[in-house]
Amino acid sequence: MAVVFKKSGLIARLPFHYCPGCTHGIAHRLVAECIEELDMKEKAVGVAPVGCAVFAYNYFDIDMYEAAHGRAPAVATGAKRVHPGNLVFTYQGDGDLASIGAAEIVHAAARGENITAIFINNAIYGMTGGQMAPTTLVGQKTTTSPLGRDPKHCGYPVRVSEMLSTLDGAAYIERVSLHDVPHINKAKKAIKKAFETQMSGKGFSLVEILSTCPTNWGLSPVEAIGWLKDNMIPYYPLGVYKEAKSHDE
Amino acid sequence: MAKVLMKGNEAVAEAAIQAGCRFFFGYPITPQNQIPEYMSRRLPEVGGTFLQAESEISAINMVYGAAGAGARVMTSSSSPGISLKQEGISYIACAELPCVIVNMVRSGPGLGGILPTQGDYFQSVKGGGHGDYRLVVYAPNSVQEAADCVMQAFDVSDQYRVPALILGDGMIGQMMEPVEFRTPKKRDLPEKTWAATGYDGTKQRAVINSLYIEAEAMNAVCTRLQQVYRQIEQNEIQYEEYMMDDAEICIVAYGTTSRIAKNAIGQARASLGIRAGLIRPITLWPFPSKAISDAAGQCSAFVAVEMSAGQMVEDVRLALDGKRPVSFVGTLGGIIPTPAMIIDELKAIKEAMS
Repeated sequence: MAVVFKKSGLIARLPFHYCPGCTHGIAHRLVAECIEELDMKEKAVGVAPVGCAVFAYNYFDIDMYEAAHGRAPAVATGAKRVHPGNLVFTYQGDGDLASIGAAEIVHAAARGENITAIFINNAIYGMTGGQMAPTTLVGQKTTTSPLGRDPKHCGYPVRVSEMLSTLDGAAYIERVSLHDVPHINKAKKAIKKAFETQMSGKGFSLVEILSTCPTNWGLSPVEAIGWLKDNMIPYYPLGVYKEAKSHDE
Repeated sequence: MAKVLMKGNEAVAEAAIQAGCRFFFGYPITPQNQIPEYMSRRLPEVGGTFLQAESEISAINMVYGAAGAGARVMTSSSSPGISLKQEGISYIACAELPCVIVNMVRSGPGLGGILPTQGDYFQSVKGGGHGDYRLVVYAPNSVQEAADCVMQAFDVSDQYRVPALILGDGMIGQMMEPVEFRTPKKRDLPEKTWAATGYDGTKQRAVINSLYIEAEAMNAVCTRLQQVYRQIEQNEIQYEEYMMDDAEICIVAYGTTSRIAKNAIGQARASLGIRAGLIRPITLWPFPSKAISDAAGQCSAFVAVEMSAGQMVEDVRLALDGKRPVSFVGTLGGIIPTPAMIIDELKAIKEAMS
């Protein structure tokens, strides 16, 4: 019988700790498949964040770091500067990357640091139990915005891809979504493109992946996919925000 | 190699390069700026990388990344900046990554001032960051010793996989003295098979990590760290004894303050006939507790001298465990103690003794 789907050999044979319906599993698979298809397994080094993906170092069968909260781009910088031939990527959530680690991601991009950030935006803090994130939508209810996010009180959600694309050091920035199969396929292409950007030495790359958090959104997995499509994509439009030909351009 | 006249900060930087350090991540802060400035000039000449980070927090996490990749790496800062690095230092200690951190101490608390003090002793030897960990802490009292300590610190850090701290102050960093770069005694250093360099199947997969959710696993890591710390206490204590042969009063002082203490001892002996001596810890952790305790056999009183409100004095008291009285002479805010202040204390002790 023809094999139509095979689990990536780079994903460890362990049960994921992620909640049912969470899209982290898909994002992990796409990253692993891209590394395999680019034949970079022996040169790939990942940096896990603090947040739901904190145990990512258990799931990717490559050399890994676990970084302090928000500091993955700085850790990746150290790792990449020592071994410039390695494919170094961070895997970070919205609290990690856009809140506590805002300085690190901005300056990694500004330096044109030749690393790739895989940025999971699910508009909420997952691991700590559903608090408001810098990407939480206006009106969205969380455990620390129980009446819905009020922009008069705590401002507006941060559009990371748009913000970082203004920096000259950023070589490739794309926002994708995991809400259906065509978009999942597009997300994979974006991740591969970001890795290729790094491998050709063009500079900083980031793929923002709109993701679901059914548990903390209080929705079923199917409802969560609908919510992402109806609420997140209008505020966080999909597309390529930056594509430089070389570091100098 | 011939002696050259150098600023302490520059000697520290050159010593790191001579010790094979090829990566430096830092952020400007007075009074240590000559270290990153020197590194930015010198590291590219030897094929190394200097990078000015966006903050001290980023710099120490870049150190985590580079140390985890197997490189010899250093960062430097001064007191408020070292406070910012503490989270990263705790992670580095738990992940068992070798590196060297330099603190050219300025006055505090808060933004404080840029003049030398010794107010970061507690932070350096008692933790600083969260959790049960130690740093090997060197407190040089000259430019030459600063260079020697840096070169040794890289080896010691690699040998035990424990981060090392050079605790200087604005005085050590800013003054010029002759220095010679001397290769430290050769140690058998383990290969860094644990480093994250890319997983090609020839070694175990590298995971540079400080997260252990299960109590048993965390306990195992902490226990292993403590075993390493006991080895360091066995093997790495360094101190100097000065005029201790016939001493009746023992001064304990480190770094800049120890030089003033030596001056005071000379004057007290020559003009007052007070037989004072000095025990000078070179490693603040591990602390030369036994040397101080042993000195209680011949010395009837001890004086700790520090540019602080009294920090190391607590370790002197712990070492003596009540066997002898311990008094304290200290200055605050960047004021340097004078020999006269120490001599006054020696006189008071002598009078009380007779």
